[in-house]
Amino acid sequence: MTTFQSPHLGYDLIWPLLLVLGAACVGIVVEAFVPRAWRYVTQVLLTLTTLAVAFGGTIFVATGLDSRGHGAAHGAVVAEGSVAIDGPAVFAWGLLLIVAFFGVLLFAERHLDGGVSAFSGQAAVLPGTDAERRVGERGLEHTEVYPLLLFAVGGMLLFAAANDLLTLFVALEVLSLPLYLLTGLARRRRLLSQEAAMKYFLLGAFSSGFLLYGIALVYGYAGTVRFGGIADAIANTSGQRGLLLAGIGLLSVGLLFKVGAVPFQAWTPDVYQGAPTPVTAFMAAGTKVAAFVAMLRLFSVAFGGERWTWLPMLWAIALLTMVIGAVLAVAQTDVKRMLAYSSIAHTGFVLTGILGTGASLGDDQIGATQAVLFYLVTYGLMTLGAFAVLTLVRDAAGESGELRGWAGLARTSPVVAAVFSLFLLSLAGLPFTAGFTGKWVVFASAMSGGAWPVVVAAVLTSAMAAFFYIRVIVLMYFSEPVAGGPAVAVPSILTSATIAVTAVATVVLGVVPGPVLDLAAHAGDFIR
Amino acid sequence: MLSLLIALPLIGALAVMLLPSHPGDALPKWSALAFSIATLIGGAVVGIANADTGETWSETHTWIAPIGAHWALAVDGLGVTMVLLTVILVPVVIAASWHDADDRNTKGFFALMLVVEALALAVFCAQDVFLFYLVFEATLIPAYFLIGSYGHGPRRTAAAVKFLLYMLAGGLVMLAAVVALYAFSAQTGHASYLIDDLKGLSLTTNQERMVFIGFFLAFAIKAPIFPFHTWLPDTTGNATPGTSVLLICVLDKIGTYGMLRFCLELFPGASHWATPVVVTLALISIVYGALLALGQDDLLVLTGLTSLSHFGFIVLGIFVVNDQGVSGATFYMFNHGLATAVLFLAAGYLIKRTGTARLSQMGGVEKKAPVLAALLLLGGLGTLGLPGLSPFVSEFLVMLGAFQHHWWVGTIAVSGIVLAAAYVLRAYRLAVTGPERPELAGVAEVGKREIAAIAPLIALMILLGFAPQLALSVINPASDHTMSSIEAATIESGAQK
Repeated sequence: MTTFQSPHLGYDLIWPLLLVLGAACVGIVVEAFVPRAWRYVTQVLLTLTTLAVAFGGTIFVATGLDSRGHGAAHGAVVAEGSVAIDGPAVFAWGLLLIVAFFGVLLFAERHLDGGVSAFSGQAAVLPGTDAERRVGERGLEHTEVYPLLLFAVGGMLLFAAANDLLTLFVALEVLSLPLYLLTGLARRRRLLSQEAAMKYFLLGAFSSGFLLYGIALVYGYAGTVRFGGIADAIANTSGQRGLLLAGIGLLSVGLLFKVGAVPFQAWTPDVYQGAPTPVTAFMAAGTKVAAFVAMLRLFSVAFGGERWTWLPMLWAIALLTMVIGAVLAVAQTDVKRMLAYSSIAHTGFVLTGILGTGASLGDDQIGATQAVLFYLVTYGLMTLGAFAVLTLVRDAAGESGELRGWAGLARTSPVVAAVFSLFLLSLAGLPFTAGFTGKWVVFASAMSGGAWPVVVAAVLTSAMAAFFYIRVIVLMYFSEPVAGGPAVAVPSILTSATIAVTAVATVVLGVVPGPVLDLAAHAGDFIR
Repeated sequence: MLSLLIALPLIGALAVMLLPSHPGDALPKWSALAFSIATLIGGAVVGIANADTGETWSETHTWIAPIGAHWALAVDGLGVTMVLLTVILVPVVIAASWHDADDRNTKGFFALMLVVEALALAVFCAQDVFLFYLVFEATLIPAYFLIGSYGHGPRRTAAAVKFLLYMLAGGLVMLAAVVALYAFSAQTGHASYLIDDLKGLSLTTNQERMVFIGFFLAFAIKAPIFPFHTWLPDTTGNATPGTSVLLICVLDKIGTYGMLRFCLELFPGASHWATPVVVTLALISIVYGALLALGQDDLLVLTGLTSLSHFGFIVLGIFVVNDQGVSGATFYMFNHGLATAVLFLAAGYLIKRTGTARLSQMGGVEKKAPVLAALLLLGGLGTLGLPGLSPFVSEFLVMLGAFQHHWWVGTIAVSGIVLAAAYVLRAYRLAVTGPERPELAGVAEVGKREIAAIAPLIALMILLGFAPQLALSVINPASDHTMSSIEAATIESGAQK
């Protein structure tokens, strides 16, 4: 008789992840049992505390990792080989938790729209009906958004640490499903929001199908779903190579969809525009961080031996993503949509950083993982900040992203215009901003990998991209205000704090990026 | 010490912004002037110490260790020349632009000028390529707002955007080259952006040429030479004359300075390789710029176009790569700053009075405002290289270098001097001579402040015209150093073949 062996989960390393998921479950219970009047405060406090404790836990876990592992990679594979807690994973965790923390602050903002949050009072009532009006009169609001956010964060944390294909898939779904819901919960412009949610869901489900198919094919090739096992199978050249190549292709489709790379970018502008802006801010920053770390891990650990089959594909996709993102952004007349296209262009820049994978490096030379991690920090923070500023500019119908309305904003609200200009200059990559340092490191990584044609294309795209960022600054500073244009609402401390912290970070990462670069370098390689 | 020199105008800018002021209050202007004069004194100390003892005031601190960037500052003869040009021109511009921003955010105008000064000083002192690149690109932001927010032309917003996009495009191409330098440097095991460390880098011929092209393109757009000059007329036609002086006389010198400092010193082999193309472009700029100026009706645009011709001369002097050419080009950079500043500011005085920049609508103010006419004439004579004024000396040196390079190069360049006489005298004739016009009857003579602003520049032009060795004794050691490093590299590459 075989004795039952309990699986070793490594609770000491994965508890921040479990804490977030556990707190999400508690949040649902809160929703059921706490009186309506108290739900908002309870949920916000619960969520913020959870994220803060998980962040502390991540630091604690990270400091304990140094003694484990081997070579440039330190960490451990836990939960029976399905989760890898290593340097890049905890780095991504820290960043995700910071992004989520400020995301919650934006979620909880109630000063901008007359004492209610940006979320629909009752998602189930039809837009434009009496029922909706009654919900408005009663001042109802959805506080389920906080547990939903926690579930999404849990999924993102797991996604960045997933060490086998099935965990990767489960994590992807855990992070995506709450985001589909959150996208559809806008209080204003509800039809647009629901349409966005529908599009996001359908296309997302479709891409999950691709991912799953790819998993099946790779399993067929390697006989295992573990990243390490797949790498061994590739090294031994066992199995049918056709299965592997098709599998890599299909897996790439699923992951590239999540990061919004061309040709899988079509959902991005609609979803970013339709979703409530706090959700857009959280989603734009968080999903990219998680998906890029997952992608780097998959490609460098599992498919590292097949580098020369997928690198050329990434060259082409990086190029296309940058160019198409920048070109389409030029034609936008809505600030939110423009930022969506700009995020596509930025996806291209991160992909450029990945091109340095596997290059032979000198001592202390910046490698692909370090470059991508650093870029994600800069991108995550400035995107969060830019979308947060977007929530402030409002007219009678809610937020006003219409570009024309922003004319002369510097006259009426100099501080908001200055801060938004800072974020725009950083997104454009001007010196002494985080965006510049970020660009520099990903270009350095790509250059080390010999991808200089992509780097040259990337700098030319940056020049093109600068045009549409600068156009907004021109409008704000050099144009006369339009009559009846939007006004800047005064936010509570929640949004102000988010904007202040991200703005300071944008400058600090541009002037003294050394410590964060060191931290990214210290993260080391992915563990097998 | 150099950090202090850079910090001084920055502190000044901050102080100007924070000062409490009411509309019409002159306090921000006076404090901006005071800070720029304090910087002038600091710059003079640096210059005198360098001339006397060869003191370079160097300082080097590690800044961003992972990417090999340092906060490294030092000045040699070339750097001192540019630092002096900057610290001299900024107080002049502030004094001359006293009322140019009275109808707008006055504090911002003068604060931005001081920011430009600080960044320009940092550019000319930087001994680290990363630091150089950062401050080089950062100059765009204040320059952009100076053109777009404070310009007087009707199309100032479009001009500002065009300026910024041109500069960004050049700068970003250079970024690719700067990043490539890091990759090459890191391969040696110790990434460093210090110029001294990069000189020791052994690049393959192709690597060196690629990086050279990246740097050169950025500098050619900045300087500007044909065919990268089309931003220049738009910018000078729409910015205030003071802003144009800062842009053309100070910031654009970064282009030619960069060619000397980086293209020639870091990539001598590639510079040698590129000489035929660059010399051709420089000659085209000399002649084409002069011809455009000859047919131009807008006085400010015209002054900008004369600079295209002059930048052609400077680039020619640099890339003929001989002693006379390089030291002549360095001296030319300084003199062009003086003469063009006089021309721009005097033209600005005139335009303020006539209310139009069109030459066809001016004329006949010679008798009403003889001093103004004289200022304009002196600027023009400096520009055309009249013997006795300092630009003559540098133009002569560059011509010597050009003839030494090849006789036909010198011959074509000479035509630029002839054309210069033609466009200066034509502009002067149309602007101030001729019958008095009834609509310009109200033109007044220049005031004391306006004369006092320009007078030091004219005095310097005359002084250095008669005693050029004052400047050349500072410049020559540096250009000798540049030349010897190039000769060493050419011999080395010859030996490899």
